[in-house]
Amino acid sequence: MSSLFSSLKMMTKGAMRCVLITNHLKFFETIGNFQLLQVTVRDALNQAMDEELERDERVFLLGEEVAQYDGAYKVSRGLWKKYGDKRIIDTPISEMGFAGIAVGAAMAGLRPICEFMTFNFSMQAIDQVINSAAKTCYMSAGLQAVPIVFRGPNGASAGVAAQHSQCFAAWYGHCPGLKVVSPWNSEDARGLLKSAIRDDNPVVVLENELMYGVAFEVSEQGLSKDFTIPIGKAKVERPGNHVTLVSHSRMVGHCLDAAAVLAKEGIECEVINLRTIRPLDVETIEASVVKTNHLITVEGGWPQFGVGAEICARIMEGPAFNYLDAPVIRVTGVDIPMPYAKILEDNSTPQIKDIIFSVKKTLNM
Amino acid sequence: IYHLEHRRDHVNGIIFFFSLSKKCDLHKLEEGPPVQAVLTREEGLQYYRTMQIMRRMELKADQLYKQKIIRGFCHLYDGQEACAVGIEAGINLTDHLITAYRAHGYTLTRGGTVREIMAELTGRRGGIAKGKGGSMHMYAKNFYGGNGIVGAQVPLGAGVALACKYQGKNELCVCLYGDGAANQGQIFETYNMASLWKLPCIFICENNRYGMGTSVERAAASTDYYKRGDFIPGLRVDGMDILCVREATKFAADHCRSGKGPIIMELQTYRYHGHSMSDPGISYRTREEIQEVRSKSDPISMLKDRMLNNNMASVEELKEIDVEVRKEIEDAAQFATTDPEPPLEDLCNHIFHNEPPLEVRGTNPWVKLKSVS
Repeated sequence: MSSLFSSLKMMTKGAMRCVLITNHLKFFETIGNFQLLQVTVRDALNQAMDEELERDERVFLLGEEVAQYDGAYKVSRGLWKKYGDKRIIDTPISEMGFAGIAVGAAMAGLRPICEFMTFNFSMQAIDQVINSAAKTCYMSAGLQAVPIVFRGPNGASAGVAAQHSQCFAAWYGHCPGLKVVSPWNSEDARGLLKSAIRDDNPVVVLENELMYGVAFEVSEQGLSKDFTIPIGKAKVERPGNHVTLVSHSRMVGHCLDAAAVLAKEGIECEVINLRTIRPLDVETIEASVVKTNHLITVEGGWPQFGVGAEICARIMEGPAFNYLDAPVIRVTGVDIPMPYAKILEDNSTPQIKDIIFSVKKTLNM
Repeated sequence: IYHLEHRRDHVNGIIFFFSLSKKCDLHKLEEGPPVQAVLTREEGLQYYRTMQIMRRMELKADQLYKQKIIRGFCHLYDGQEACAVGIEAGINLTDHLITAYRAHGYTLTRGGTVREIMAELTGRRGGIAKGKGGSMHMYAKNFYGGNGIVGAQVPLGAGVALACKYQGKNELCVCLYGDGAANQGQIFETYNMASLWKLPCIFICENNRYGMGTSVERAAASTDYYKRGDFIPGLRVDGMDILCVREATKFAADHCRSGKGPIIMELQTYRYHGHSMSDPGISYRTREEIQEVRSKSDPISMLKDRMLNNNMASVEELKEIDVEVRKEIEDAAQFATTDPEPPLEDLCNHIFHNEPPLEVRGTNPWVKLKSVS
């Protein structure tokens, strides 16, 4: 409970996401219980892992700095203190090695959570994720399950430049045998991570470093120990009639911001939070397109062979195609390695104005 | 190799004490496995039978491959039988084992039947992986394949060992790789973590002198594979002598079970076939070399001579075993060639474990296939 209270945020009027982190426990204990709590994404992930570690003794966490450092991004704060060396394991800098060890442990009956400090480093271990984890259940005709979670921050951060900013949604989303989720808010983070840990199959959880410190309201139901979000179901975050915006992770927030601006001009956007990259919930998108007749996908990753490209293809192959009044538009990261200088970096990923521009273009305004 | 003595044991019948010809080379070990091994008649016959089954099974696979009934990759194990059978004799079925793609022998020792192994090679529904895996992807209880990516099985094996330690069941994991794989970086990452965390892992390098077509001298700056673990103790063992392999494995298993952490065994062995069925195996080594090993160090002949010379078994007895083995292989081959291929309905099954049925896209948008787990 103390971690819950330590994530309590003050919310100033009108601001969507005001982050003020305080660590004064005494202050929070006097406030008492709320029905809707402000929880940061970081704490949501932390609580999810804590609860699952407690629930099932086969669950354990391994990765660089996850134990004594409390996590490179403090996502695993407090867990080593509570669960000790056996369940929270600091690894040397050996991605290929420790990812393989995690997969082997999963094959032999444990339920590992393998953290990559960022998914950029998962490239070193990608053979273990794909060839050892994803394909094994199929190759063994169901004899050998691999109940493993690979998690960590994915995509662009701030000022970390090209080698540390890649989005892997499309790469992992490409492979059968994997499930790939991409939470946006705290409720997503809690529910999807818990589902991933309880799933008997390899699940890739693509978090976002810039979202870790962002607080969201989480309902009492969302805080319960058995709260899970089904993998493979998207969520309509905001209903609308004029255009469908489909997104995942941090860009969902951008879509909602764009929708708020457009609403003032009388344009009502329906914003869909994918939540899961693979399997893709095409039905929810199709139902929305049938209503709005216009579709825009928004992602942080590169355009070629990306999430938006897949959505375009699926929409064209399905019944919703006939309801489109305009081609599907993709708003994506710029097709370049991520630059460093702030002005360049800011212009390398979709901004709210890019979404607004695309909406007006597709609506012929 | 001569026997020292024999005496009557009321449980095992006559047991024989053999002194082993080759003492193991040691690395960071004060002492090695015992230089004496005990072999009972029953054990001898069982090892002989299993090695013969393994040999005949691989030779039958060679035949079927040339008839194009087996396709794709097929990496045969003949010549290395003493390794698989000797290792299994030194551990329990409750222990764990993982190897690379030259895996048919281990699938057998870990509990697979010849029928299901051969039917997997021929891609039939009666195969051990229902035809979904093929030569390189066979699984059994406590046997994690069968792995196609060179070296990837080593971290996996250490992970299995971690699970053994975590679950506190006093089990260990035997983790095999070849002389070619021994140069993979992930193996050194694994050595480090296994040693740091004292994982109950026996790393075994099956050194058959060639990584595909590259001899060990051309691939490794140091060919002392038992020393490559640096801080991990190691021993080099005659991999053609089944008793040497068994005693070394028992020694290594004791080391692991006593909580000392991992240990490395290098088994010096030889494969008669090329790397795979598409490699004749004579462009990078001479026929004379192959012939010399066959005549002087064949593992099955060595055991057979040992047993016959010491009256542990009669010529007729062993011949009878040969006949039974031949029949078993013929029967399995018959099954493997007549069993039907998997049904098309099985195409998308088992993508996931414990999952409600899901739809899978076929080759075009109108083909919607079903996957059950």
